[in-house]
Amino acid sequence: MSAFWKANQRRLAPWLFMAPGLAMFLLYVIIPIFQSIWVSFYDWDGLGDARWIGTANYVELIDDDAFYISLKNNVIWLVLYMLAVPAGLMIAIFLNQTISGMRLYKSLFFFPFVISQVVVGLMFSWFYAPNFGLFYNLLEWVTGSGTAILADDRYVTYGIIAAGLWPQIAYVMILYLTGLNNVAPDQVEAARLDGAKGWQMLWYVILPQLRPATFIAVVVTVIGALRSFDLVSIMTNGGPFGSSRVLSFYMYEQALSEYGYRMGYGAAIAVVLFAIMMLFISGFIWKMWRDETER
Amino acid sequence: MVHLARGALALTAALLMTTAASAQQRVLKYNADYDPIPLAAMEALIADFEAANPDIDVQLNNFDHEGYKTAIRNFLTADAPDLANWYAGNRMAPFVAAGQFVDVSDVWESEGLNEALSSARASMTIDGKQWGVPYTYYQWGIYYNKDAYAAAGVEVPTTWAEFVSNCEKFTAAGIDCVTTGSKALWPIAGIFDYLSLRTNGYEWHMDLTAGKIDWTDQKVKDVFAEWAKILPHTTKNHAAIDWQDAAALLVQGKAANYVMGNFAVGTFKEGGMTNDNLGFMVFPEITPGIPRAEEAPTDTIHIPSGAKNIEDAKKFLAYVASAEAQTKWNTAVGQLPTNKNSSVPADDPFLAAGFEALSSAYALAQFFDRDAPAEMAKVGMEGFQEFMVKPENLDAILDRLEKARARIYK
Repeated sequence: MSAFWKANQRRLAPWLFMAPGLAMFLLYVIIPIFQSIWVSFYDWDGLGDARWIGTANYVELIDDDAFYISLKNNVIWLVLYMLAVPAGLMIAIFLNQTISGMRLYKSLFFFPFVISQVVVGLMFSWFYAPNFGLFYNLLEWVTGSGTAILADDRYVTYGIIAAGLWPQIAYVMILYLTGLNNVAPDQVEAARLDGAKGWQMLWYVILPQLRPATFIAVVVTVIGALRSFDLVSIMTNGGPFGSSRVLSFYMYEQALSEYGYRMGYGAAIAVVLFAIMMLFISGFIWKMWRDETER
Repeated sequence: MVHLARGALALTAALLMTTAASAQQRVLKYNADYDPIPLAAMEALIADFEAANPDIDVQLNNFDHEGYKTAIRNFLTADAPDLANWYAGNRMAPFVAAGQFVDVSDVWESEGLNEALSSARASMTIDGKQWGVPYTYYQWGIYYNKDAYAAAGVEVPTTWAEFVSNCEKFTAAGIDCVTTGSKALWPIAGIFDYLSLRTNGYEWHMDLTAGKIDWTDQKVKDVFAEWAKILPHTTKNHAAIDWQDAAALLVQGKAANYVMGNFAVGTFKEGGMTNDNLGFMVFPEITPGIPRAEEAPTDTIHIPSGAKNIEDAKKFLAYVASAEAQTKWNTAVGQLPTNKNSSVPADDPFLAAGFEALSSAYALAQFFDRDAPAEMAKVGMEGFQEFMVKPENLDAILDRLEKARARIYK
């Protein structure tokens, strides 16, 4: 026993240290993934007997308008959420100066990320609220007639994304601020001697050095966009008539909400969402793998 | 420090006392979802019940109203109490079908409830058996602001045609004829139910919610045609507001009529309305000659199959169903007792009107989301909301509902 331990100690120790984490990961992430896939082949209300229906849930999904609305909204979320990356960068560059009181300004800009998404959602719903909302009154003043953003199926998703961008930009900003701290001053100095300034400096000198920060910012933004749930739930509950649903919310509605309890169908939506996420996640992992092996 | 020690002492003493008490008593665990006022009323009832049955200790475990709807699915299977609150009609069907509720027909038989609770009997019956006991219901109807009527110079209507023509005058006076808040969807289901009950009658409406009628049927379109008449006169941003926000519009006189349940009276009065300027009317007749049916959502108590003390639970159900208990609870809460031998406080005009409306009704519907299965209710109410915002989409909406019907009721 002890001879075996002596011989393999170096190989075993890391696994032993990782064992608690791996066990948790297996129990709470890996196994539920396969359970979800399994449930998605059943017709089950969570109470009675589950009935095997094969791929019927997926067949129904293909013909479900609400599913396509959610999917479309998820794509809009993904695309528009990416605005957080350049916007966060701009604010970070703007704040990366040495002026007295800068720490205060930085923390004020970071503030929206600290408060709960639920609070952000509530604030923006009041902002958009008909009759007394600031934005509603502004629209009324400018255009003559107010629009209740959250009650209009054309604008509702954009209204929620705007609310989501607010904390997300702050998050990206903080990532870039730490990244800017690590920008080598001698390179900036050298570039300046060579006559680089403005956009040239940003594009060819600063940004390449910020690549790790950009990578993380894109990853958290993609994941944030795909798992957007709390804002939809707080601000509209998926409405009006389901036009602001995203996949994660639709899954919750079908499987767990007051009018739902179609566990199988909800699981099928979760599997689709998982597949979409896997697409991005494997992309990221592949990139990380490539970067590490290149070095 | 002294206070802390004293508090700890009191707590220990209290704990000792409850264990001492429950040692000789049979425990009845009761899971419920009461708001503060109904909770106080139920605690008073429980105190009376315990006084009459000193050997029973009822332990009320109160949940948050919304959270309860999810919690019940867990505790029925995992840790069943002896009594649980729920709703009548199709809302209890999944639990009955899954064998989660105990058949209490014997209580109905022995206590003469088939007679006393006759108005609610149909909605408690599945497969010819009763699965719980109703303790309260409340009427729906049109609540209106008398000042708004005066401002627009119109009379309270008696027919649907008058109601619609009033709407034009309200709009001319800058008042929303009908207000509602559809953010949570359910308030507009009340409007649909009444239009459907008044256009095609109770039996047709029940067939529709039971999935026996195509949503693309001409008679469904007739209902929406009636609805279309008042749509231009309905509060514009209803999809963005909750029912309480719409109640504020009625209170402020910016809206004249509100199709609502009687529980809203408290909100109207908190907003400053009194019996002098708040009015109630039964939803007006649309198709002449159709017997008048009303909406009366019924709240109920059931015994879960996993209950440990079914004997005493049945005793409690019998007590809650009694005329005295129902009179006491409903007087305190301001709702209507389901036991017809109970009495209603005479000084509340809304309760009196509701009692009159329900007791003279031809039949009682529960509510769209209790008569129809949960999934159909959700799809349906979303369809209603889309129709209210975009009436031109009606055909597409009805096609979608028909597709859902084919799937849900198979």
